[in-house]
Amino acid sequence: MRPGRTPKVTPGHRPSSRGNGILKLLVNKLIFANLLHRPLRTFLSVLAIGVEVTMILTLVGVSHGTLDATSRRARGVGNDVLIRPPGSIALSLTSAGMSEKLLVKLKDEVPHVTIATGSVVQSLGGLDTLTGVDFTAMNAMAKFKFLAGGPFQQDQDILIDEHYAKQKKLHVGNHLKLVNQDWTVRGVYEEGKLAHILCKVDVLQNLTGNPGKLSQIYLKADNPANAQAIVDKAKELLPGYPIYTMEEFTSLLTASSVGLLDQFVGVVIGVAAIVGFIVVFMAMYTAILERTREIGILKSCGAGPSYILNMLFRETFVIALIGIVFGILLTYGTQWLMQHAVPASLVQETVYYWWPITAAIAIAGAALGTVVPAIKAVRQDATEALSYE
Amino acid sequence: MSESLNPNLQPEIVRNESGEHIVLSTDNLEPLHTPVVNAPIIQVRLLMKTYRTGEVDVHALNGIDLDVPRGQFLAIVGTSGSGKSTLFNILGGLAPPTSGTVKINGRDLAMMNSTERTDLRKRTVGFVFQKYNLLPTLTARQNIQIVRDIAGRPLDFDDQFKEVLEMLGIARRMDHKPRALSGGEQQRVAIARAIVNGPAILLADEPTGNLDTKNSDIVLTLLRDLNKRLGQTILMITHNPEAAAYADRTIQMRDGKIVG
Repeated sequence: MRPGRTPKVTPGHRPSSRGNGILKLLVNKLIFANLLHRPLRTFLSVLAIGVEVTMILTLVGVSHGTLDATSRRARGVGNDVLIRPPGSIALSLTSAGMSEKLLVKLKDEVPHVTIATGSVVQSLGGLDTLTGVDFTAMNAMAKFKFLAGGPFQQDQDILIDEHYAKQKKLHVGNHLKLVNQDWTVRGVYEEGKLAHILCKVDVLQNLTGNPGKLSQIYLKADNPANAQAIVDKAKELLPGYPIYTMEEFTSLLTASSVGLLDQFVGVVIGVAAIVGFIVVFMAMYTAILERTREIGILKSCGAGPSYILNMLFRETFVIALIGIVFGILLTYGTQWLMQHAVPASLVQETVYYWWPITAAIAIAGAALGTVVPAIKAVRQDATEALSYE
Repeated sequence: MSESLNPNLQPEIVRNESGEHIVLSTDNLEPLHTPVVNAPIIQVRLLMKTYRTGEVDVHALNGIDLDVPRGQFLAIVGTSGSGKSTLFNILGGLAPPTSGTVKINGRDLAMMNSTERTDLRKRTVGFVFQKYNLLPTLTARQNIQIVRDIAGRPLDFDDQFKEVLEMLGIARRMDHKPRALSGGEQQRVAIARAIVNGPAILLADEPTGNLDTKNSDIVLTLLRDLNKRLGQTILMITHNPEAAAYADRTIQMRDGKIVG
């Protein structure tokens, strides 16, 4: 305490310039005190990072969830081979481009095929579809389990799955209008089979002006091990048609396999990261302007650039961390919204392995947003800072 | 004489060629600039400082020569614009001089890089400002502790410093934030903060400028007592001759020069 005493330094006895754990705790106190001292700025920064995190996790969750649900429904059909019209890709709605006559040809000419049936798919807007099926043949493969009601009785009957029934609050006997047509709900089946809404194939063919045409053909093998043999033979018979075993088809239903989706996710992540970066930049820039005098005081007390940078980056890290937790919680909110307020085909999953990835993106964006304000703080003239009002 | 915080690490005292006692510190932060015991702790020669305001050069300091012996309580008096605050900033390593020499504790400020000037503020010079300049989000105790933190020293106050807090009359106000303290109390916390690391020099810029007469007297008396009790060199800038009367020595500044 006496003046002029400078701590003596010998090799191995140099006082730590960063201090011990308790000292770091004091810097943390200053950081938390600053965050609490400006609650609105802190809240907005946390909110912005939270929204960034939610944007990314929701998009990833929806893309994974929707594809997984599509994949589950596709597997639920119970077929071993899938045939789509020429020129179509795995994740696309296809026009009814194949003749019904192919069903007979395939059944007769391809060995190991025990059931051949088809469907017509009509978009209802968004990702919802109405799927026309030959119920008897489809049921022989998919083995629908009815939770209420049963198969079609009349041409204007539709069958809906449990998911769609819950979301739209529909019951057997209810009426609804789809494709400018009034329908009656005849049955509610366990979800995970082919599609959310089914009607008779011939009714939909006529309704859409495609009599005798199919969008997809499903083949059931006598033994799943013969699926590849069926594909090989079918390709001989139908050159140019995309023909898949179900393993092949469902493996295509992943975010990384669907090229455009992958790029779209990338773009949204980029936008989210830029938004986070800009908000943190603005918040830290404002914070540093507000705290010009404070930084001047710290400098007058001997705080060097590393001390000030450390403090500011730690503050950013705390904001980012709270924002990430907030964003993850918010994602559960969007998940609830997806379940209750948007079309049945959009399903959001919690993709846990994206949590650390998103956290890293948010922290990196926030840290990047802090660089320029932090450098400004370090370069700030101490005498000017001390006279700042 | 300088002494180490660690009693086991005593400085070595030798005679130089002129037969004077000098202290050789093993402190590797300042190995080549060991202060000569009898030399002034502050030595200023031909100090000039010119600011550029727009296209006009403002000569804030016009060739200052000043020696301040160790342990002296010096008041620098002058009207607004006389250059005393500029001198304060340069002596504290907050602003660089335009030309001239400033030696603090034997080390030339002009030869110091940014890190060394930061180190000077960390260990050798303490500041007291007119507006107290306490961090509003921290308590009085934390405002003092953060200076220990910056210097990389333990946060706990030793018994001697606790006595100083008692002497300053703020020992029981340590857990209050600045907004809960009076101006006089805030300034006393600022003084405690300035001396907590035991700097050789205390620079005070209008320390009573924001205080009423009663609190001004308290603060000035405390500065004088600290000077006597701890032997700290104090440079106090003031425009008030009554405040200057507390000092051992007073110098007058006008138009960037010492005039008396």
